[in-house]
Amino acid sequence: MAQPIPVGRMALIAAVVGIGAAAFAYTAGWLSPHRITPDKLVDAIAPPSGPALGHRRNHAKGICFTGVFEANGAGSEISRARVFARGEYPVVGRFNLASPDPQAPDGAVPVRGIGIRIATPDGQEWRSAMIDAPFFPVSTPQEFYGLLTAQQSADPNVIKTFVAAHPTVAAFLGWLRGAQWTSSYAEDRFNSINSFVFVAASGKEQVVRWSLKPMAQPVFLSADERAKRGRNFLEQDITQRVRSAPQRWSLVVTLANPQDPTADPTKAWPDDRRTIDAGTLVARQIEAEPNAPCRDINFDPTVLPNGIQTSDDPFPAARSAAYSVSFNRRTAEADSYPRTQSGVKP
Amino acid sequence: MSERRASFTGPQRLLHWLMAACILAMLFIGVGMVSTVTPKYLTLVSIHKPLGIIILLLALIRLALRVRYGAPPLPAGMPEPMKLAAHLSHYAFYAFMIVMPLLGWGMLSAAAYPVVLIGSWRLPAILPHSDRLHTWLWDAHHYLAFAFFALILLHVAAALFHALIRRDGVFETMVPHPMPDDAVPDLEERHV
Repeated sequence: MAQPIPVGRMALIAAVVGIGAAAFAYTAGWLSPHRITPDKLVDAIAPPSGPALGHRRNHAKGICFTGVFEANGAGSEISRARVFARGEYPVVGRFNLASPDPQAPDGAVPVRGIGIRIATPDGQEWRSAMIDAPFFPVSTPQEFYGLLTAQQSADPNVIKTFVAAHPTVAAFLGWLRGAQWTSSYAEDRFNSINSFVFVAASGKEQVVRWSLKPMAQPVFLSADERAKRGRNFLEQDITQRVRSAPQRWSLVVTLANPQDPTADPTKAWPDDRRTIDAGTLVARQIEAEPNAPCRDINFDPTVLPNGIQTSDDPFPAARSAAYSVSFNRRTAEADSYPRTQSGVKP
Repeated sequence: MSERRASFTGPQRLLHWLMAACILAMLFIGVGMVSTVTPKYLTLVSIHKPLGIIILLLALIRLALRVRYGAPPLPAGMPEPMKLAAHLSHYAFYAFMIVMPLLGWGMLSAAAYPVVLIGSWRLPAILPHSDRLHTWLWDAHHYLAFAFFALILLHVAAALFHALIRRDGVFETMVPHPMPDDAVPDLEERHV
């Protein structure tokens, strides 16, 4: 085998391997530093001091509940999902504050949320994470990333410029300023914000959003009243309320008209759209998060039963990707958030 | 170089090329989906899961064929370290093809995600809900994917080295249509 080295053929082999490796690197985003990855989105949510290890990367402070969804059967008109057939289905849920700080005082966070997982006997699940705002500040996940990075900029002009360029953010800030703060999670209305597609037994598709409307009469707190409440007043309140009686919300599904904006969560639909009251969410038991079943559930809004699908709204995909990163990180850090805590939570 | 050699059987060759396409697609989908927040994310994830199970099933069939029919012998003139590398790489390939889908399935189970294949078709959880298990399986699935791709690049380089430089007939044992002058084993007659 004392032949000359076939340089040309060796180069061909090197080229094939090199092209394969480069294509892989490109697909992985290693050659695209400007690509918004789920990791970058989650990093951008963290406060300057860094994330709270072991906790959700956003909506970090929360309290778990278990209960049921009592379907009244009305939702079956527009979705074949089992969850809308008359019956009672178990729910694991979580009330939370829209903040990356698990120690945030309850009276200081203007946006509240709820995560629910409804399981049906056919083995399917419906997971949803909602907030009490009526619409979102930005239209796309790319804008959301821009908002997060602008907020973190040391230069105050960056966020001013961003808000000036995005009127939807100003609209959201306007809502925040005018919003009345209730005294209880049981008095809050939670909204899906994003649109989804319901698929009927006939195959007919209908774009919808949904809300949980509280059955408790809201009592609004002034800024002074909030300041006087304890750091965990919402958690103490919901614990006491549920201990004395189950707390209820109606699941109201809003049907889009054909021309309604379905891909843009900054645009609420007009109030006169048809709604269907599909049943009642009942919270029957409250449990502190460290040892409760909601702790290790990712309320990924794209975990949907057959009969509900994602729409052209780009957020659920981005949320799914980012929630997955948050879940992977916090479960890997579980030792930083011990399961047995005493005296910290109500 | 003109040594007459047996090929892999027809079904083995078919599975090799079919799985090569599936596995390459799988690895590219995997690294692609975890690096995007666009709606492509959901599409890619919805392909990744059923394709992983298809690869697992094909890998088990392929393993059975390999046990039954074996592999053509490597050329006598091949250096021993190269032969050893070839044999070890085959073990590694079978391990990756079978373990990677199981790790993925296991990690979804340990995270309490429903394992949806298509529509209402779901797989049962194969492991209990556990932070520690999830982290271990996720890390393994993630890092082994890169090792798998590296092994594939090595495999491609080695195959081309046999085809273009050594020209020892090894590459021809796996080409879709063996040369007419190749020795075709009796086994293949029955199974093509």
